[in-house]
Amino acid sequence: MRNYFTRILRRHDVQLGVIILMMAFFFSARSPGFLTLGNVMDLLESYSVSAIMASGLLVVLISGGIDISFAAIAGVSQFVTAVILVNFGGNWFTAFALAGLFGAMLGVVNALLVHYLRAISVIVTISTMTFYFSMLMFVTQGRSIYNLPDWFTSNLSVLSIPFPVMVAAIVLLATLLLLSRLSIGRLIYGLGGNPEAAKRMGCYVAGLQCFVYGYSGLMGAVAGIVQAHRVEEVVPNALMGRELDVLAAVVLGGASLSGGVGTVSGTILGIVLLAMLQNGLTLIGVSSYSFGLVTGLVILVSVSATAYAAKRQQKGGVRHAI
Amino acid sequence: MPSEAAADSATVSKPRIASLLPRDPTITLLVPLIAAAVISFSLLNPSRFLSGDTVRAMAFQMPELGILSLAMMVPLISGGLNLAIIATANLSALVMAAILTHLIQPSSPPLVVIEVFALALLAGMMTTLVIGFLTGIIVAFFGVHPILVTLGTMTLVKGISVLTTSGTVIGGFPPAILFLGNGTLLGIPVSMILFLLCASVVAVLLTHAPFGVSVRLIGSNERATRYSGVATEWMLVGVYAFSSLLCWVGALVMMARFNSASAGYAESYLLITILAAVLGGVDPFGGFGRVLGLFLSLILLQVISTGFNLLGFSQHLTSAIWGATMIFAILLSHVRDQWLARLWLSRKT
Repeated sequence: MRNYFTRILRRHDVQLGVIILMMAFFFSARSPGFLTLGNVMDLLESYSVSAIMASGLLVVLISGGIDISFAAIAGVSQFVTAVILVNFGGNWFTAFALAGLFGAMLGVVNALLVHYLRAISVIVTISTMTFYFSMLMFVTQGRSIYNLPDWFTSNLSVLSIPFPVMVAAIVLLATLLLLSRLSIGRLIYGLGGNPEAAKRMGCYVAGLQCFVYGYSGLMGAVAGIVQAHRVEEVVPNALMGRELDVLAAVVLGGASLSGGVGTVSGTILGIVLLAMLQNGLTLIGVSSYSFGLVTGLVILVSVSATAYAAKRQQKGGVRHAI
Repeated sequence: MPSEAAADSATVSKPRIASLLPRDPTITLLVPLIAAAVISFSLLNPSRFLSGDTVRAMAFQMPELGILSLAMMVPLISGGLNLAIIATANLSALVMAAILTHLIQPSSPPLVVIEVFALALLAGMMTTLVIGFLTGIIVAFFGVHPILVTLGTMTLVKGISVLTTSGTVIGGFPPAILFLGNGTLLGIPVSMILFLLCASVVAVLLTHAPFGVSVRLIGSNERATRYSGVATEWMLVGVYAFSSLLCWVGALVMMARFNSASAGYAESYLLITILAAVLGGVDPFGGFGRVLGLFLSLILLQVISTGFNLLGFSQHLTSAIWGATMIFAILLSHVRDQWLARLWLSRKT
C-alpha cells in the first residue's frame, strides 16, 4: 500500500497537481475573489492562446525536436488570414482553414530543413523564426489591422464558456487523442525515445517530421486566430517573445528536451501553474513587476527538483539491480 | 579510351582541389560569402559602401553583438547554451549604472570618482559572476538541461531587473564610460579593442589552456572526459561563470553605446548570438568551434546589415536576410559535406 502511494507521489503530474491545489488553497484563503467563476474563466481565457501553442510544441518535443518558430508562424498566418478576410470576406471555417494551411505549410518548411539538411532543430527554427517574423515586420511596416469583420470579433460564448477556452479544450483533446490513441502518436513517442530504433522499425522519419512540425505550425496558426479574436485586432509583433514562455510551461509540465517524454495532462498543469501564480499574486496585491522573479524561481526550482529526483531514482535503481 | 582517361584524370585532380582548400571548412565557406557580399554592395552602392565612414560605422556596431556572441559561444562549445546572457548583461549594467549615478556628484573630488568607478566595475563583475556560478552549479550538479536552467535564470534575472527598476531607465553616465562606447584609440573604436581583447582571451583559452581543452572535450563526450580524470562539474561551472563574465564586458559596451541601462535592452540579440556562433562554425552539439570563425560570421552579418541599411532597407529586412543567410549557410555546408564525402570515397576506390 505504502509502495503504491510513493509510486503515485513520484509521478510528475501528481506532484504538479498537489502544488497547484496547495496554491489554490493559499490564494483563495488570502483573496476571496480568487476562486470565483468569473476569475477562473478570465484565467482560462487569457491563457487559452498559450495552451493551444503549447499543445503543438509538446508534440515536437516528444518527437525529439524543438520548435522556436511557432509564435512567428502564428503572427504570419494571423496576418495573412486577416488581410484575406478583410478584403474578400469569409467565415469561421475559411478563417481556420486558411490560417491552418499557412501555419502547417510554414511548419513543414521547418521539417524539410531539419530532415534533409540534417540540421539541429533549435538552429533551424531560430533561423526560420527570425526570417518569418522579420519578413512580417518588413511587409506590414509594423502596422496593425483594426477593421476585422464583425462576425470575427463578436463575442461567441456558449453557456458562458468563452470561445478561446472552447477552442483550447478542443485542441488539447485532439492532441491527447493523437498522442494516446492513434498509431502515429506511438510513432512520435518512438521517434523521440530512440530515433535509430524507430528508423529500423521502418518508420518513415521524413513524413513523421513533416507531420510533427506541420502540427506545431497548425497549432500556432489556430492560436493566432484565437488571439486576434480575443483582442479584436491584428498586431504584427503581439505574439513575439511567446515562444520561451510557452516552452517554460511545457517543460514545467514534464516534457523532456531529449524527446520521448511528455503528456497533455502535464502540459495543462504546467500552464495552469504559471497562470495561477501570476493571477493569484495580482489578486493578493503583489506588484506585477515581481512576476518575472517568481516565474523564474518556479522554473528553476521545478526543473532542478525534477532532475535531482531523476538522478536519485537512477542511483536507487542501480542499487536494486545489484 | 579517351573517356576513361578523362575520368581517370578527374579522379586524380579532384583530391588536389580539396587539398588546396584551407583545413577549416567554415572559413572556406564564410570568406567567399563575405567577398560576394562586399563586391555586390560595392557594385550596388559604390560611392557610400566603400568609404571610411562606413567601415568606421561597422567597427562601432560590431563589438556589442560580438562580445555577447562570445558569451554564447563558450557554453555552446561545452555542449550547452546560455539563454541568460542578455538578462545578465542588463542586470550588471543596471547595478553599475545605479552606483555610478548615485555616488558621483559633479562636486566629487577625483579620488572619490575613481573609487566609485572601481566599486561600480567590481559590483557589476560580481553580479555576473554570481549569476554564472549559480547557473553552472545547477547545470553541473543537478544535471538539468542548460536550455531549461538558463531559461529559468533569464526569467529570474530579468525579473530582478524589472522589479528593482520598475521598468525605468537609468541614464546619464560620466564621460569615462561613454568613451568605452564612442571613443577611439589610435583611430580604432575602444569598444572594438575590448571585443578583440575578449576574442583573443577566448581564443587562447580554448586552444592553449587546459580549461579550454576540457571544455571542448566535455562538448564532445562528457562521460569520457569525466572518466579521463577531468572534474567536469567544476569545468561546467567555470564555463557559465566565464560566459557571464563576458556579459559584464558586453554590459560596459552596451551602457556606453546607449548612455543608459534598462531591464529590456538588446533582447532581440539573444537568438542572433546563437545564429552568429553557429554560422561561425560552432557545433551546436558542442565540442567544436573557433573564434576566427565567429569573427568572420560577425563580419558577414555586419556587412549585410550595413550594406542593406545604406541601400535604404529597413532593419527588419536585414534581420530576415540574416535568418535566410543562416539557412543558406546550413544548406551550403550540407552540400559541401556531401561533396567532400564523395571525393573521399572516390579517392579510396
